[in-house]
Amino acid sequence: MVYKDEQLDEEKVFKDPVHRYVHVKDRVIWDLIATPEFQRLRRIKQLGTTNLTFHGAEHSRFNHSLGVYEIVRRIIFNFRNEPHWNTKERLLCLCAALLHDLGHGPFSHSFEKVFKLDHEDFTQQIILGRTHVHTILEKVERGFSQKVADVIAKTYEDKLVVSLISSQIDADRMDYLQRDAYFTGVSYGHFDMERILRVMRPIDDQVVIKSSGMHAVEDYIMSRYQMYWQVYFHPVTRSAEVILSKILHRAKYLFEKKYRFKLEPTHFISFFNERPVLDEYLKLDEAIVFYYFQLWQEEDDPILRDLCERFMNRRLFKYVEFNPNQQMNQWMELYRLFQEAGIDPEYYLVVDSSSDLPYDFYRPGEEEERLPIHLLMPNNELRELSRQSDIVESISGKKRTDHKLYFPADIVSSMQDGKKQRILELLDNGGAKKHVN
Amino acid sequence: MLTNHAKLMQFFSIAKEVTGRKKLQKMIYILQKNNVPFAEKYQFHFYGPYSEELSLRIEELTNLGFISEEREEKSNYYQYHYQITGDGREFLNQFTLDMPDFTLMVERLNTKSSRFLELVSTMLYFDDLPRNEIAEKVHVVKPKQNYTDEELKEAWMFIDSLQENQLA
Repeated sequence: MVYKDEQLDEEKVFKDPVHRYVHVKDRVIWDLIATPEFQRLRRIKQLGTTNLTFHGAEHSRFNHSLGVYEIVRRIIFNFRNEPHWNTKERLLCLCAALLHDLGHGPFSHSFEKVFKLDHEDFTQQIILGRTHVHTILEKVERGFSQKVADVIAKTYEDKLVVSLISSQIDADRMDYLQRDAYFTGVSYGHFDMERILRVMRPIDDQVVIKSSGMHAVEDYIMSRYQMYWQVYFHPVTRSAEVILSKILHRAKYLFEKKYRFKLEPTHFISFFNERPVLDEYLKLDEAIVFYYFQLWQEEDDPILRDLCERFMNRRLFKYVEFNPNQQMNQWMELYRLFQEAGIDPEYYLVVDSSSDLPYDFYRPGEEEERLPIHLLMPNNELRELSRQSDIVESISGKKRTDHKLYFPADIVSSMQDGKKQRILELLDNGGAKKHVN
Repeated sequence: MLTNHAKLMQFFSIAKEVTGRKKLQKMIYILQKNNVPFAEKYQFHFYGPYSEELSLRIEELTNLGFISEEREEKSNYYQYHYQITGDGREFLNQFTLDMPDFTLMVERLNTKSSRFLELVSTMLYFDDLPRNEIAEKVHVVKPKQNYTDEELKEAWMFIDSLQENQLA
């Protein structure tokens, strides 16, 4: 039997708290899971700094990748007799689902912003480069790795295949919403996935939803909305994320200024130069990052030392609401006062906006900026979801942005001179002061 | 602080008015590919390069009252018009931005249709491929648009001339 069709003698299962079991019968999938590049995902947390807010959120990209694979496996089983579905794409879909997040690094979002990287470029490099994953994919058939890379990059010719992994109602989102809800312990992210899988239909180049399943999809959209505010954009998590990105900025700045670190930051050097090659990128997992942060708590540079100590011991910044339209003058005065007090505002006075962490909401995309969720009506017409659902229309039109000003309240309160009073006044004017707990 | 927002405001101050969300998405992408330093991250989507970060930032600027968004009902969809407001100009005046002069490029992009800009941005998305392969790739990823050879030729001329604008 050729490799691509090879089946395991006995089906393997992974026990999974979200989907109960993840089933593997294809030899190719089993071999991919065993590669060092895929096993590395065990050492990358799915939600980065969220565990500082929700202590259960310790799950990894490995868990999530298996989950997405399992959902796609179930979808294509349901599609097997549908007229628009090409059964020959089965293995391609499964591989793309399993490998879609392969290029994620530790704390991806902050690393990407500070070091100007894109984890998707690394996903492509792992799949197409000289790696174990690449070798397995090329054993399936010559050029198969390119097909998997194209599906993940969303540039594959069969859009239907792409839409299973990436669309506004896809396996990726359905897994992370449920998984993140489970591990954070919140009760918002749940929806009836089984029902959604039963009403999905492949039509031409997209997956649509039978109109009778609209209420299950409403629940899914609601879950996205609630998870955004309650988990992904939680202000305490944002505080940790602000400090993390400031640590990386500071370390990079010091490196550029030829600062002598007590231990050469070997693993970071290519990142500081914004040119990490694949081998170096793969070596930097969360354990390595924490090792350096631990050491940097004893550095001579007071800013790097303080920021690392805050991050490691969860001594986070506090915040006030901030409206850039009404409070720019206050911000400029605060910036000056911080400078005069010897607190570098570049690191200790930070405005964080909702767009700094773009988890996406549902967008009707009516001007073809992105493909919406379509309902398949009984007369076979397609209708955009928010045109049929009052609930979705109402969420789509809701204000979904905010800005917060983060600062170290402990440093401000320990200030001795007269500036302290004015700083506190300005911060209080920012709205009801809230504390990070 | 908010420098990326200010860069977008600079764009709106030059463009005066932009009609259509898709057009806005493609204009910023094409400018980015022509070395105007917008920071928004793009990915390939059903209709070509798309940035969720840009959509969210535009939503923020609208909610802050820095740009106005007007919704116009068309036969079976809504179309959006964007303009900078007085508050937006005041906000922008507080920044000194390190950006090249991209006025001419914005003016030229604004005269083009969103279909044409979708084609141009898609071609630029694959600019690491040789030119003959880019045309093939466009037909693979956008079979429904049926772009003609004339349109592709016009798009290449437009891309080349934008690069000249950029050099000027």
